[in-house]
Amino acid sequence: MKRNLRILLFTLAILLVIGLIFSGCKKEATEIVIGGVGPVSGEAATFGQSTKEGCELAVEEWNAAGGLLGKNIKLIYQDDKGDPTEAATVWTKLITQDKVVAIVGTVMSKCSLAGAPISQQYKVPMISPTSTNPKVTEVGDYIFRACFIDPFQGTVGAKFAYENLKARKAACIFDVGNDYTKGLAEFFRDKFTELGGTIVAFEAHPTGTTDFKAQLTKIIAAKPDVIYISDYYNDVGLIAKQARELGFNGPLVGGDGWDSPDLVKIGGTAVENGYFTNHFSKDDPRPIVQEFVKKYQAKFGKVPDALAALAYDAMQIMLDAIKRAGSTDPEKIKKALAETNINVVSGLITFDKNRNPIKSAVIIAIKNGQQVYQATVNP
Amino acid sequence: MKLNKNSFFSQFLNFFKRRIVLFFIGSLLVMLIIMLLHQFEILNSYIIQIINVSLVYVILAVSLNLINGFTGQFSIGHMGFAAVGAYTSATITTLLLKITPTSLPNYLVFIIALLLGGCLAGLTGFIIGFPSLRLKGDYLAIMTLGFGEIIRTIFNNINYVGGPRGLLGIPKFSTFPIIFITAILTIIIIRNLVFSTHGRALLSIRENEVASELVGIDTTRYKILAFVIGAFFAGIGGGLLAHLIQIAHPTQFGFMYSILVLIMVYAGGMGSISGSVIAAFVLTFLSEGLRVGLASLSDLIKFPVGDQWRMVIYSLLLIFIMLFRTEGLMGMKELKFLIPEEEDIDGKCS
Amino acid sequence: MDISTILQQIFNGLQLGSIYALIALGYTMVYGIVRLINFAHGDFYMIGAYASYGLFFAIGTLVASSFSGPTAAIILFIIILLGSMISGGTIALLANQFAYKPLRNKPRLSSLITAIGVSMFLEYFLSALPVVGPSYRGFPELIKKTTYNFGPAIVSNFVLLDLGVAAILMIFLTVLVRYTKIGKAMRAVSQDKDAAKLMGINIESVIATTFLIGGSFAGVAGLLAGLTYPRIYPYMGILPGLKAFIAAVLGGIGNIPGAVLGSYIMGIAETFATAVNSLIGEGIAFAILIVVLLFRPQGLLGEKVADKI
Repeated sequence: MKRNLRILLFTLAILLVIGLIFSGCKKEATEIVIGGVGPVSGEAATFGQSTKEGCELAVEEWNAAGGLLGKNIKLIYQDDKGDPTEAATVWTKLITQDKVVAIVGTVMSKCSLAGAPISQQYKVPMISPTSTNPKVTEVGDYIFRACFIDPFQGTVGAKFAYENLKARKAACIFDVGNDYTKGLAEFFRDKFTELGGTIVAFEAHPTGTTDFKAQLTKIIAAKPDVIYISDYYNDVGLIAKQARELGFNGPLVGGDGWDSPDLVKIGGTAVENGYFTNHFSKDDPRPIVQEFVKKYQAKFGKVPDALAALAYDAMQIMLDAIKRAGSTDPEKIKKALAETNINVVSGLITFDKNRNPIKSAVIIAIKNGQQVYQATVNP
Repeated sequence: MKLNKNSFFSQFLNFFKRRIVLFFIGSLLVMLIIMLLHQFEILNSYIIQIINVSLVYVILAVSLNLINGFTGQFSIGHMGFAAVGAYTSATITTLLLKITPTSLPNYLVFIIALLLGGCLAGLTGFIIGFPSLRLKGDYLAIMTLGFGEIIRTIFNNINYVGGPRGLLGIPKFSTFPIIFITAILTIIIIRNLVFSTHGRALLSIRENEVASELVGIDTTRYKILAFVIGAFFAGIGGGLLAHLIQIAHPTQFGFMYSILVLIMVYAGGMGSISGSVIAAFVLTFLSEGLRVGLASLSDLIKFPVGDQWRMVIYSLLLIFIMLFRTEGLMGMKELKFLIPEEEDIDGKCS
Repeated sequence: MDISTILQQIFNGLQLGSIYALIALGYTMVYGIVRLINFAHGDFYMIGAYASYGLFFAIGTLVASSFSGPTAAIILFIIILLGSMISGGTIALLANQFAYKPLRNKPRLSSLITAIGVSMFLEYFLSALPVVGPSYRGFPELIKKTTYNFGPAIVSNFVLLDLGVAAILMIFLTVLVRYTKIGKAMRAVSQDKDAAKLMGINIESVIATTFLIGGSFAGVAGLLAGLTYPRIYPYMGILPGLKAFIAAVLGGIGNIPGAVLGSYIMGIAETFATAVNSLIGEGIAFAILIVVLLFRPQGLLGEKVADKI
């Protein structure tokens, strides 16, 4: 019995290795293979799920409209678990085994930073939908992104809080283990003080916690006019609830991490009087926005969040660039990407010399559980 | 021709007959074969990358096995040591010297940085080893976990090394031969330690601490020794990892990763070096193989089975491995080439 | 910090500690009897939260239509409470049956690895399952949140509820272990398995009962955590599970009042450490833990066991 098991395990292992080696051999010239990466398992799985759906929707649309360069588009979407080591492995797999033409990914900056050098080394263009760390695109000229970088949103938020909400004293709360939230909070702090306001509290919370009362008690004791919450919607909902419970009635401000239908489901009435900077507004009458929201709802049965929209945009930008390049030659795709001038869900996109998108931000308020468009801010 | 038993030549020959030397030469051959296969594109970079990651885990698992498996000190904060090694070596290569993997001297600098990282990690191990003199079992586990988290918190708050952004732009010094040779050296050094007099002392502490103290073993010294050496190699492993994936990030050294290394030690067999090596390879290849496996399955049944099912199968297989091989893949046994000739009587390491 | 903030922070710490205590009780009980660090315990808690969530949407409207006013709310709450207990307990029993029982007489750490396996399986499985999915879900408001002014501090009824339930469960468990027949059997198994067997105790059924009780406690904790912090997702059990384990060890693992004491110390220490400096708050909390353990290596209320030779 034991011996049989050993033989069985051994055979399985050998088969696995052989499978790994030879699975890359079959290749069809009738398809254009695009790689997608995102954390579809692990603690950030819900973000990975949204980006995956955004990518799938874009690819489906293109295929329905006749494909790309006369060929069918095949999306290979891989899981990186939100782990840089795994991201590096996945990037190598997509490039050397699946021979992808381009990669759309990934969600977290730390993972994109592990993948970017590999993309640069093998000259495979990549566009990250949601990695906001400015360093990501600095890795090389094959790396692009579809989202804002940290400084922009923090600055816009500070300006809005100071000028429109007339706040003079602000407090920040952010996730200490997440560079996106910390970056936003730091740039908010810098801009707000520059404008003449004071930051009365600058508090961090550990990743994954559910209790923010210790920080909020300290914040509320400092009597701020506004609290800047740079977290994702899941934490924002809880923070808002606990802040209201502890007696804070002022406005709350945040970044695009807020944009999800789940924000109101978790936060309830506590997120009323909340404002956040975002890439687009669902009220935007532009047909591309309305079309996207409608199609996404029809396919996945839910309202798209910011990550789904950005992933959809990233995929559109990439496919459009390949189309304009007229071939799958990486050099040409890279050049076409740099010359991007396309209207997508988050507005008209062009890239600056650091391959970051130049696009405007909108400010959205939450009123009666609905997202209401407030203003557009240009960079 | 009749050889004099003590002649230089026969000693020379005997040296090469020793298993551990044969093991070393054999491994070098394996390395060359893999490199050749890679050169001719039979093994693509993906496979090499998986092997690289597996080898880093080999270093981490074997070093943790020295603390947990051989000395019986239940430590679950191993990635804390790896973090110290990773950040130290990466700070030297990336922030202080700004070297790139272009010339041979730079590689030498990298190796020195790696060793320095290991030494600093060893120092951390020395500090963390002290509580082990007072605490036992699960209490010690919590203590090491606490230390690991404190180390992570510290790196998360040093802006010089990037804070929560991580230390970025690390040059890719960890090439396949470097990782491979480091892993082999780690295995050989720990194997030599375990089968030496000192190793006996470590084993006796695991079996019965009071009894070993009574027979005159300085348990304090040996427990600290295990922590220092284990931490040193963990630091080296961490440094290699940082220079392989070109980023050092505090979350990479969190609790869940310590648990992953712990799984490798116990799934491989506590107190078995070859077990840790096999488990590191099996579990890393399993996690990647399932990716390919699920993709083929999706093609076969014409229904998309996403990557999210990968870890579901992985965890089930982990449970089954432990149910069918309750003492880990290798139990307490060692593969023959790691056992010194003098131990052939029972073939066990303990 | 002035007095009112300190008072408020104490209440914050108590609330956090109560949630830890609810999980730690089951943790420490299972450990005390089986000597297994059940890493999956935090996931039983997650199952309890999801079961309550599912039950609410399955029967919420039905109950609301068949009863009126406050009775409906109370009946619904009781049904959901029972549901969370049953689901937590059932999962714990199944885990014991399939993953821990076959390894009972094997090295203790083998079952630690299967426990990690069970934990990973539950998390990844629920996350991959399309019905549940990885997304965050808002937990329904079963009980209306009201706040009271307690001096200068603001306290919600959830703090009182969590505190109350933690106290009731602790007393229940202490009585169960000290004064009942099954409790006696549990203590016997905990002291010496072989001797207990010789005395005619069915060890396996005692252990199964232990898992059932421990799991149902975790289920209740999941429900209460869902109410207090209304956001659930498949990985929600990792961090509280870890913290509860630490709390149980701090109090002296296997010791029931110790687990509760350890939890409240953890909760209050974390709250105050965060209040002092939130950037390194967690680090401070761990440092406190290490210092305490250095002076009390067997935990706060744990008994010192002499080494046998």
